[in-house]
Amino acid sequence: MRKEDNDNNVKISCRHVWQLFGKGANQFLKKHNNRPTMEQIDAAGLIGAVRDVSLDVHQNEILMIMGLSGSGKSTMLRCITQLLTPTVGEVFFNGVDITKIKARELGELRRHKMGMVFQHFGLLPHRTVLENIAFPLEIQGKDSETRIAKARELIELVGLSGRESYFPREMSGGQQQRVGIARSLAVEPEVWFLDEPFSALDPLIRREMQDEFMRLQSKLNKSIVFVTHDFDEAVRLGDRIAIMKDGELVQIGTPEELVTNPATDYVKAFVENAPKAKLISVGRIMNEVGAVDTSQEPVMANAVLEDVAKRIMMSEKALPVKDKEGTLLGSIDREKLVSVLFAD
Amino acid sequence: MNTSTPVVKQSGALPAKRNLIYLVLVAVIIIAGILAKGQFAWVAKYPRKWVIPLKDWITDFFEWLVYGVTFFKGQSYEFVPTDITRGMIKVFEYQLSFTDGIFFDGFRIGVDPLPWITVVGLMAILGHWVAGWRMAMIAGGSFLYLSMFSVWRPAMDTFSLVLLTVPLVFTIGLLLAIRMSKSLRAERFITPFFDLMQAMPPFAYMVPIVVLFGIGDVPAMLAVSVFAVPPVARCILLGLKTVPNEVIEAGEMAGCTPRQMLWRVKVPTSRSTVLVGLNQGIMQTLAMIVLASLIGASGLGNELLNSLQTLKLGKALEQGLAIVVIAVALDRLSAAYAHKPKQYIDQSLPWMAKHKHLVFAAAFVIASIVLAWLVPALRVLPKEWPLTTAPMWDAGVDWVLLNWYDNVQGFRNFVLIDILIPIKKFMLSIPWPTFIGLVVLLGYRLGGWKLSLAVGLMISFPLLTGLWKETMITIYMIGSAAVFCIVVGFPIGLIASKNERLSRYIILTCDFFQTFPSFIYLIPVIMLFKVSDISAIIAVLAFALVPMIRYTNLGFRNVPFSIREAAIQQGATRWQQLRKVELPLAAPEIMLGINQVIFMALFMVAITALIGTQDLGSEINRARTGNKTGRALVAGLCIAFLGMISDRLIKAWRKQHSYRQENHD
Repeated sequence: MRKEDNDNNVKISCRHVWQLFGKGANQFLKKHNNRPTMEQIDAAGLIGAVRDVSLDVHQNEILMIMGLSGSGKSTMLRCITQLLTPTVGEVFFNGVDITKIKARELGELRRHKMGMVFQHFGLLPHRTVLENIAFPLEIQGKDSETRIAKARELIELVGLSGRESYFPREMSGGQQQRVGIARSLAVEPEVWFLDEPFSALDPLIRREMQDEFMRLQSKLNKSIVFVTHDFDEAVRLGDRIAIMKDGELVQIGTPEELVTNPATDYVKAFVENAPKAKLISVGRIMNEVGAVDTSQEPVMANAVLEDVAKRIMMSEKALPVKDKEGTLLGSIDREKLVSVLFAD
Repeated sequence: MNTSTPVVKQSGALPAKRNLIYLVLVAVIIIAGILAKGQFAWVAKYPRKWVIPLKDWITDFFEWLVYGVTFFKGQSYEFVPTDITRGMIKVFEYQLSFTDGIFFDGFRIGVDPLPWITVVGLMAILGHWVAGWRMAMIAGGSFLYLSMFSVWRPAMDTFSLVLLTVPLVFTIGLLLAIRMSKSLRAERFITPFFDLMQAMPPFAYMVPIVVLFGIGDVPAMLAVSVFAVPPVARCILLGLKTVPNEVIEAGEMAGCTPRQMLWRVKVPTSRSTVLVGLNQGIMQTLAMIVLASLIGASGLGNELLNSLQTLKLGKALEQGLAIVVIAVALDRLSAAYAHKPKQYIDQSLPWMAKHKHLVFAAAFVIASIVLAWLVPALRVLPKEWPLTTAPMWDAGVDWVLLNWYDNVQGFRNFVLIDILIPIKKFMLSIPWPTFIGLVVLLGYRLGGWKLSLAVGLMISFPLLTGLWKETMITIYMIGSAAVFCIVVGFPIGLIASKNERLSRYIILTCDFFQTFPSFIYLIPVIMLFKVSDISAIIAVLAFALVPMIRYTNLGFRNVPFSIREAAIQQGATRWQQLRKVELPLAAPEIMLGINQVIFMALFMVAITALIGTQDLGSEINRARTGNKTGRALVAGLCIAFLGMISDRLIKAWRKQHSYRQENHD
């Protein structure tokens, strides 16, 4: 998994983003030094959709923003894309604070560097598949030949060949979302935003689309912000997960970090049913180097438990844990494994 | 088990006590009014001295504008306001002479108008393009009817006027809607004007238009625009506002400029609603253009008016039918076009294949003109050829009058003498402070002091401007008509909501009657009841019944099935279901229907003045003939305010009683 090693490679950076709905939100925040409590917000009759959220999106990572309905996750996404201007706070895109730039510049940025997929697809009903996908290019001002060629390429990519002339009303939800995905990729964006893209689909189709998404990402390697209310989806697709509740960022980290180290009971409730064996790596739970028989075949520190569980369980003694270079890091035995996977 | 009923507000001890206070207040106002009436003359009759001469001021202002003022006097470029207005007329007259030339007048240079066969054929081709063979039959058949029944020339006259007015109305409506969709301030500013324009009877603003612009087709077009623009703009605005948020966001993320957002995202996405706006525009234009014959619009309306005034009922009926035929054809065509889904056209096809209908239409025009040149009957039907049913209708009316006269007269006299006249007397005997007091109190009860102030001011307007008596008669007329509408329309709507098959027929009938221009309703009523209050009320009833049925049906249908199921499960009888569950839930919609009824009644009241009543409508009518601008506008404002009072009160009531909305949001 990609992570810490590209910390300096920050694509988007949000600092103390607030989104308050209601009259006089600006003055209210000023009055409370940008640090009002939930009670104060309620008392002022405001709605704190996003409260003091700071997070980074790294180059080429998939950041999942996860939360239940009303947690502010979609609002947060819209603060990042500037579909909503945050009440206060900064959003840096490639180091530029895009909350301060002019509408024209923002349009330019969107035309070339951002792509977004919507929950209910947001397709233009009067345009065919081809015309929908070509739409952002049309807005860019590309000539019609370039548009059509690029749109055909994308239709191929998302597997809709032969349906170029269909209208959205003539297609299933899954197919419509494929069009939405193709459209969002038409301008070859640097950052790809997905707002609950698969929530409106049947479970089977959803699974299929998740696989499709992974396939695309393995080819495209975009920086991605993906909003979901489904923790399993977040775990399945995300490099890192930001969990939101009542407009606040509760915890952000890799699935493994969340599972092994939930910050609150709220996070704990989510991770309880997560497939721990698939998420936790040996290095995370190993014992300190002790008396270990190094003559045995070592397990790799970055291997997930599921892959090495059988060997650990079969061995009566603790096994040595080594990293790629062969340095001994620690040991792991079956008691430890069982206690992690089947706590209580 | 614990069954909670969050839907219905608890009516505890406190509201009951409050209601008692209101009851006492009502009693006090009434008794005080009666007592004061005996004591003070000014209570019984509002003194003439206290009347604000608003009418005269307005009339004077318009006279000054037309005759008194000259801009840049003494300069070589001095001009009077009418120079501007007459100049505007010239611009439109030029266009109009062109369409007139095409359809029925021909051109001076010796070009004939289109032969009827060409127009009929073109309509059929248009119908086919929009919605296939059925629509081709309807459109072609309608225009064939016009040519066969000797109304071709006036019908084409009206048609050409409509053809020119609709784009004007639609463009203005579209631009206003776009402006309003862009800023809430603009919307807040324009909406009250729309309210007023829609609540004001058209006759009222016809008068100033005549004073400024004169009489003729073009002033009629302007009056039509005032009438038809608000509903068109509202409809388009609704469309623009209901574009799904995600579609707009998708446009923003693509980096659309505001202009691209409007023309490439919002307008095409709401195409269907925008075109329903076009449909509205056509229907309103047609309805109004008939009325506008009163200020010189030529065509069917004018002919109809002449027939009515000379009591040639058979002929009037035929002309009325011709208007209905045009209305139905244009309505169906534009509605079908609005709901026609966009079809995929293969761009690689040759031009001819992509525009089949256009090519065929062009070929047909040439062929039919050549044919009509060879066979004159296809060009203009010979005089002796056209059919007419007028004698038959006249005979029918005579027969009805001969055989039913006594019955009809008996019924008429009974209703008039035993019901209407007593109500009228009663209304007129109410002292004005009592009436105003009660309206203010009702406003307070439903919407607090703001509403009570608003309705209080509006109801005082007729009093202060000296039209109290006429206003009370108007209230009596629309009140009676509204009651009749409810009594007749509610059961029909209720039955329709319970029976699928019947419902379809009833809705079809409603749709059909709604395409009738309002004028038409006067014909059969005059035939049977001659001129009186009762004819007016029946005409109003016939005209305003449709919304009552429609909204009642809608209200009952919208009661969620799960709630009805719950009531049945709890063992409610049919009557209990209706009374305790469905009626309260349907009531807000039904009240909306009543609101519509009152608006339509107020509109019709102005028209029924043509057949002689004594209310505000006749006041406008007299002013119209005498070009008394102030009188017409003030009476028009009185009617508009009556409409707005009922609208505000009913909306406030709805706000108090919409349990369903509270639940959903």
